[in-house]
Amino acid sequence: MPEAVTILTDELVGEAAALQHGMTAEEFSLLCGILGRQPTVTELGMVSVMWSEHCSYKSSLVHLRTLPTEGPAVLQGPGENAGAVDLGNGLAGVFKVESHNHPSYIEPYQGAATGVGGILRDIFTMGARPLALLDSLRFGPLERSKNRFLLDGVVGGIAGYGNCMGIPTVGGEIYFDSSYDRNPLVNVMCFGVAPAGRIVKARADGPGNPVIYAGAKTGRDGIYGVSLLASATFDAQAQEKRPAVQVGDPFTEKSLMEACLELVEQDLLVGMQDMGGAGLTCATSEMASNSGTGIQIEVAKVPRRVSNLTPYEVMLSESQERMMLVCTPENLEAVMAIFGKWDLDAEVIGQVTDDGMVRVLDHGVMVAEVPARALAQSGPCYRRSLQEPQLPPTLRARDLVCEVPAEAVLAALLADHSIASKRWVFQQYDQTVRFNTVQRPGGEAAVIWLKEAGTDAGVALSIDGNPWFTDLYAETGAKLAVAEACRNVACTGARPLGITNCLNFGNPEIESCMGQFAAAIEGMSQACRALNVPVTGGNVSFYNETEESPILPTVVIGALGKIERASESVRSGFAHAGDAILMLGAAAATDEISPSRATPTEDTGLGGSAYVRHFHPDRTGAPPTIDLELEARLQNLLVEAAAEGLLRSAKDCSEGGLAVALVEACVALADGDRTDANQASSGEASAGAEPIEGLLGATIELPEVRAQERLARLFGETPSRVIVSLAHEQVERLEALAASKHVPVRPLGTVTSEPQLVIAAGDSTWLRADLGDLYRTWAGALSAAMEQA
Amino acid sequence: MRVGVVYYPGSNCEQDAVWACQAVGLEAETIWHKRSTLQGYDALILAGGFSYGDHLRCGAIARFSPVMAAVERFAADGGLVLGICNGFQVLTEMGMLPGALLANAGLKFRCQDLLMRVERNDSPYTNACDPGQVLRMNMAHYQGNYFADPETVAQLEENGQVVMRFCGPQGERAPRFNPNGSIHDIAAISDPSGRIMGLMPHPERVMDPALGSVDGRFLFESLRDAIAARQSPEAVSVAVLPQQV
Repeated sequence: MPEAVTILTDELVGEAAALQHGMTAEEFSLLCGILGRQPTVTELGMVSVMWSEHCSYKSSLVHLRTLPTEGPAVLQGPGENAGAVDLGNGLAGVFKVESHNHPSYIEPYQGAATGVGGILRDIFTMGARPLALLDSLRFGPLERSKNRFLLDGVVGGIAGYGNCMGIPTVGGEIYFDSSYDRNPLVNVMCFGVAPAGRIVKARADGPGNPVIYAGAKTGRDGIYGVSLLASATFDAQAQEKRPAVQVGDPFTEKSLMEACLELVEQDLLVGMQDMGGAGLTCATSEMASNSGTGIQIEVAKVPRRVSNLTPYEVMLSESQERMMLVCTPENLEAVMAIFGKWDLDAEVIGQVTDDGMVRVLDHGVMVAEVPARALAQSGPCYRRSLQEPQLPPTLRARDLVCEVPAEAVLAALLADHSIASKRWVFQQYDQTVRFNTVQRPGGEAAVIWLKEAGTDAGVALSIDGNPWFTDLYAETGAKLAVAEACRNVACTGARPLGITNCLNFGNPEIESCMGQFAAAIEGMSQACRALNVPVTGGNVSFYNETEESPILPTVVIGALGKIERASESVRSGFAHAGDAILMLGAAAATDEISPSRATPTEDTGLGGSAYVRHFHPDRTGAPPTIDLELEARLQNLLVEAAAEGLLRSAKDCSEGGLAVALVEACVALADGDRTDANQASSGEASAGAEPIEGLLGATIELPEVRAQERLARLFGETPSRVIVSLAHEQVERLEALAASKHVPVRPLGTVTSEPQLVIAAGDSTWLRADLGDLYRTWAGALSAAMEQA
Repeated sequence: MRVGVVYYPGSNCEQDAVWACQAVGLEAETIWHKRSTLQGYDALILAGGFSYGDHLRCGAIARFSPVMAAVERFAADGGLVLGICNGFQVLTEMGMLPGALLANAGLKFRCQDLLMRVERNDSPYTNACDPGQVLRMNMAHYQGNYFADPETVAQLEENGQVVMRFCGPQGERAPRFNPNGSIHDIAAISDPSGRIMGLMPHPERVMDPALGSVDGRFLFESLRDAIAARQSPEAVSVAVLPQQV
């Protein structure tokens, strides 16, 4: 072990420097107390990034600790690079979602690309092979050219990185709202698998063991990424922060991933941690802190892209595609040989020590000596003051007068970019590489076959988060997000095993914002407990506001479920003309209430609905209430009905309500079968405006309600409703199964070969529309917006 | 019957190709690009992906990999070589196939299902197909827009080197069925002998009905039968294209 060297006292810095680094005076004095002196400039840099909101979770931790994180399937809860659940067959499913919001506003292509790179590293750092990516994106309306530029760049960046890595992007969602005009959201989720007993952790055990740096060389890019970009609000000069955005190189990451997975395969490692946010500082301090050891490194040995980096810059650089590894001295040669095979830089830059300190030397001169725990674990933690959100009153159908015909409402909602087909986006992503993708984007959830494990089993993955619901009342909104993500997974026949979350909020130092955050955590906790799905990890992204206008509070939930036979997973679209259509869940119950009663049900799911946003934009009301016990029974029914092979399709009613869900179920089969060159557009753009082959229709019979409540029935967004189709001879069995699970079920109608959607009640027809027209509206809206000048 | 699947840093379809070969009863293994000798293989597949990150130009760096000299010798000795997607791009960079793959019309990466028509079913990669059979495939590429000068294209057509073309459900050709702008709707071409073929769509991704289509099996079964025929020429009549004049 090298002999101790005294710190150069003339480099010590004071409170003014700390304030410049985004620390508070109190945090600076806390640091001085820990060190017993003032810090060096390198130490200040290291501490400031580790104590940033992004790395320390200092505002969110007290709330996050209340989330349920345990369950029989959980192999790894929060605290590591990603969570893990037991998939059976000796497999661990490793998954997590993470945000890259601010970088993507400043530089959309690289911001999104490095977001993908970062979450992929989180997964393979655990020793898991990434198998699938999903994205949850939010932008301002596409009428503004800046937002089209951002969407185009973000999608290009996700495609550029994910496609090159050879990992399919299999799902996701995109919503548009003006609150995201100057603060788009880019949340990326990754799923991978590892042998259940061989999850790698970020540990630096064994004093004397070598600490290895591998991968891309270090440059000056991304310094302050976590503090300047991720932990501060933006103003009009945001573009000046561009140098803090990292630049991605998926080719290097692909080689790094293959090399790391070979190391894990051969069991050569003690621990591994990627160098993403806060770079070398984060990797050294977390690995040492997790193991109760220390790490000493020599920055002169760090491979560099530029020659004149200071130790400060080396420690804070967020250059991408870098990994830190610890192995035993006996395995060092074998580790280096594998990096050699993949033509990657790898250097021993230090060793594990036993005194709990992260020590940084520059050509033998010590420039930093900080307790690893102080950096990684015992930083500041705040219980911020908060203002509890107020529940708005319920919007009642009879208070919303709307003279627009139902057909016109439906057409307007199908053309809403948040609802319209996202094929323009998805077809830029490789969805089929690795030959595992059973259900591609566009269904309720993606389904991945675990082919490599030699099993028929698979997983279903969904990512969801309606931001208008959380904006209206965060607690209910968060419940709805958890319920919907898990419901989507259950629609395929998979049993939800766990969730990961990405919580995108404004400034936590503002009481109303912190109040929304705390309420969202409370709602999420309740939903997770009721549905028996633990939270295995996630990410908090605060300071999502530019010039004091915050985004809608956005709770993004990624759900993972397991299905025994991936090839038999249930799809979202109707499959056969003549099949029966039934409604399972909440609406089936409320619809039964007699229309003659004075108030059949006050809450028909109008608050925050797409219908109200379009046709009553001045009206706000509480988001739909959810009965979590019913939701749990419904999901259980879906899984069991699918396992019995009863269902030909299952489709959740969400944005746009029953009518939009029916249209999507009618067109899904034909849309998936398309092989023409203009799939992202309506088909009219191509020569001849060929008719769309294979569209199905539906004839639906609803209970009569008063005229002014019809639109609420068609377009209300009451949760816990799933439209299923099945062969007539199976209806009796499904009804019996539903009864045994105490889930209301009611016939809706029939799938027809004629492409017409007819919704009627008794003698009155509420809606009649040609599905060819509806399909063209839905299929072409997004590409038409993106292809305008 | 053993197939070697060549892969480079940045390749990402090598395991899919191995799996597809095994699914039709062929033995298959991956071959790392640093190997310089190739023995005991009945056919080679150059796998898809982003060799060397597509830096400089797709396939432009992979052609200098040590293994490629051995691949050229293998082909010169009469071996079967199939390039899929990036493998096709490598074959054109090597000069083993004429022409080049340009950026897609529309200048976007495209992943979608498509149809392609078998133009000749006497090649080692299509002998299990009916003449004019329409296959449902999947594609995923940014640079798959086949281009060559008019003389070369005329020669390809005259020699019957266009093995597969993009088409509609009835095998009809129309711009709306050409997903990347390829000249003459070309999806796959071969060398004059037919033994070297490059194609942009991914047959190894359409091997199972639950995953979209099984039509990729026709190509891998053709390869398997062609290898069998070469090993015992009497057993199977369809083998290798006759040398074109």
